[in-house]
Amino acid sequence: MTPDDSRPEHDPAASISKETLLEIRQVSKCFGSREVLKGISLEIAAGEFLTLLGESGSGKTTLLRLIAGFEQPSSGEIRMAGERLDTLPPYKRRVNTVFQNYALFPHLSVRENVSYGLQVSGVAKTEISGRASDALRMVKMEEYAASRTTKLSGGQQQRVALARALVNRPKLLLLDEPLSALDANLRKQMQVELKTLQRELGITFLFVTHDQEEAMALSDRIALLKDGALEQVGSPREIYAHPATSYAAQFIGQTNLVRTDVRGGIARCGSLQWGTTSSDGNVLFSLRPEAIHRVADGRVPTDAVRFHGLIRQQIFSGSSEQLELEVSGALLKARVPAQGPLAGAHEFWFSPSDAVAVLE
Amino acid sequence: MSGEPKHTRSPRLLGLYALAVFAFLYLPIVVLVVYSFNRDGVGGFPPRHFTWNWYQQLFGDSAIWDSVANSLMVAAGAVVLSLTLGLLAALALDRATFPGKSIFRRLVLLPLILPGIITGLSLLMFAVYEGLQLSLLTVFLGHGTALISVATTELFAGLQKMDRSQEEASLDLGATPWQSFWRVTLPNLKLSLIAAGLLIFTLSMDEIAVTFFLIGRDNTLPLEIWARLRRGITPEINAVSTLIFGVSVILILIWYQIRARSMGKEAQELLERP
Amino acid sequence: MYSRAYKTIVSLPPLVWIGMFLLLPYALMFAHSFWLVRNGMIVHHWGLRNYATLFQNPLYAEVLFRTMRIAAGVTLLSLLLGYPLAYYMSFHAGARKDLLYQLVIVPLWVSYLVRGYAWKTILGSDGVLNGFLQYIHITKEPVSFFLYSPFAVILMLTHIYTPFVFLPLYASLEHIPRNLVEASHDLGAGWRATFLRVILPLSLPGLLAGATFAFVLTLGDFLAPLLVGGPSSIMIANIVQSLFGTAYDWPLGASISVCILLLTISLLFLTEQLEKKWAYQ
Repeated sequence: MTPDDSRPEHDPAASISKETLLEIRQVSKCFGSREVLKGISLEIAAGEFLTLLGESGSGKTTLLRLIAGFEQPSSGEIRMAGERLDTLPPYKRRVNTVFQNYALFPHLSVRENVSYGLQVSGVAKTEISGRASDALRMVKMEEYAASRTTKLSGGQQQRVALARALVNRPKLLLLDEPLSALDANLRKQMQVELKTLQRELGITFLFVTHDQEEAMALSDRIALLKDGALEQVGSPREIYAHPATSYAAQFIGQTNLVRTDVRGGIARCGSLQWGTTSSDGNVLFSLRPEAIHRVADGRVPTDAVRFHGLIRQQIFSGSSEQLELEVSGALLKARVPAQGPLAGAHEFWFSPSDAVAVLE
Repeated sequence: MSGEPKHTRSPRLLGLYALAVFAFLYLPIVVLVVYSFNRDGVGGFPPRHFTWNWYQQLFGDSAIWDSVANSLMVAAGAVVLSLTLGLLAALALDRATFPGKSIFRRLVLLPLILPGIITGLSLLMFAVYEGLQLSLLTVFLGHGTALISVATTELFAGLQKMDRSQEEASLDLGATPWQSFWRVTLPNLKLSLIAAGLLIFTLSMDEIAVTFFLIGRDNTLPLEIWARLRRGITPEINAVSTLIFGVSVILILIWYQIRARSMGKEAQELLERP
Repeated sequence: MYSRAYKTIVSLPPLVWIGMFLLLPYALMFAHSFWLVRNGMIVHHWGLRNYATLFQNPLYAEVLFRTMRIAAGVTLLSLLLGYPLAYYMSFHAGARKDLLYQLVIVPLWVSYLVRGYAWKTILGSDGVLNGFLQYIHITKEPVSFFLYSPFAVILMLTHIYTPFVFLPLYASLEHIPRNLVEASHDLGAGWRATFLRVILPLSLPGLLAGATFAFVLTLGDFLAPLLVGGPSSIMIANIVQSLFGTAYDWPLGASISVCILLLTISLLFLTEQLEKKWAYQ
């Protein structure tokens, strides 16, 4: 496979309309002397599903709160559809939020929660009832309309929170780790429903999570944050196939980081060597475990890098085997099709195009 | 940093209103203190000549000091009595089951929620019925019994917050229930005990409604002041009131010292309950 | 885990004591209310005569209604002062919150009598207020109606109960999760709508607790009318007090006390039910 082949034939990021909805320009945020966001610039296209991915403390939630209007940027500006957003109070922004703990009003019923936004903005009573019902139907909660929100399960509260935010027909929906409180199965199910809903409604979703799998499953594009700065922005496939930095490579999927010495277009690491376009010097490569194959398992391309590895550990995970190989003193992770216990030394190979040079 | 936009700034009018409420709360206290140093007595504006006279007069006033001694005795006795019975009652409510437990709980708390006059009169009728002579002893019994409510509330809250497994661990390690009580339960309740004790002491020192009906020949401090007020206003009462205020503030500060040394949050909640 | 002996040791003393020194006195109060006074002696003659007197003589109802009006006035004023203060401190005071909180607590520890006395010295006809008004030339003669009026009673008791009203209110405001306020703004509600639709309903239990407190305590107060009220603001507890004193009719006094007691308990019961209904979390 060449780098270009690894790109999806149909890239959603490329197919969505290029009209920019939200524009974040050089936004910084300080709490006291602590700078939690450092000059963030990011554009979000209309209809896009963009995920802010990062560890806790990376500043992703702060960025979301700046867009919602709960915090003010220390510098920089945010524009929506060309107009200043950051000078408006939260209640004048056509942005709605699904809160991490849902923040449902405990003194109101499910229907009253969903109607809240319409009531406060003076929508006609007759219209409110219809729109609230539609929103509840959309999240399959119409039978709970009269219930108290405190009586609902986590998943149900999640749906109500979603309906409450969507009933206002926001241009942009912010979701702050909305699935983090749900158990694993429910979470998977809600991911599918969220994605479907977003496609059907065509509303722009800005989703915050620390879970890279969730980000990969849902997003058109991922914006990876680290220590208040953007590490890389791109489609999940792009970032997976071409991580810009070692952090991106490690955070999104598993990888092997191989330190090499490049001289005259040849990268060397111990006994391994392959051709590269990187310039001379000390270069770090990312090599995904599934890019390492066993020679015995099939046809080996002519340009493949072949090497002998000693199997140190084998973990069976259903469709594949995860191997830990000792290769000239270093350890490499590899993932090969399931084939029963393996032991001792084997010959492996990878394609030079799968070794991606990354920044530290 | 850019300026905060309008909607996040605190509303100025509301801030002024809050300031006015504080002024209302503190104005009488300030007036009281200031006029205790006014040579021309209480009233008139502005206060003109500074004097210690009223304090000197106060220190030579043996009736006041007798009443202070009476109040201190009653309050100390009330603290011991109500803490002892309140601790037992809290333990009983927390750990024992007996018929009529919920009635018992409501009954204990009744003096806390009923107007003082009702508790005071009931105890008066009881004293007469039993042929008790009204004296400081009846006042002490009245305070001690009425304030069991406060002790029980505070200590029950303390017990509820306590980790039951600590006592289980103590028993598991071979301590008898008696030893566990002294070595584990009581030390855990230390802060609640101090808080309750201070509160009971203050409430007893300040009590009038119950005392009013149970008092004999010897006055407590509030009743001595009360008796003098009927005769008219004198700056000496300002002086003694100022001293009472000073002692209250000192008690609060002592409490904060204890709290700061012991621990944080739950103790604060105790103080914050009136 | 606790033995029978342990349970007996902790339950018995308070049970006996409370039974002897609290239950028995309250029972005596009930008993007295059914007895009579003849020739200056209390006779244990059971009957409803005292209650009949209370209902037949309009004086008692009149004083009771005045007492309730004063109590309502104190409650309303305390809420009017306490609520905005609590709201301001909870949502807008920022870092000064804790200091301000302590400042509200301090007057709470100051003696009832001391505070009542202070108002007496302020409102009197040679008092500080009159002195001040003459000093700034608003009035020439001392104004006498400040003191010895229902107004003075309401003012004094408002001063005393505002911190009591404030405490449960502030606690209930502090317990409102801040993300509910954010959610309300997020859905398009400004501060006013957020207050009316989210903050106020969620603070109702605290509001109710504070209001009940002020109302019930005022209902049974007899010291404020004596201290600053004068004859025009005699309250129901003053009647009881005089019946137990100079008027010497303990049974009639006891019957009024029983009425106050029942009124208090039913009010507390009512608010407890409402509070339960309004406690959402």
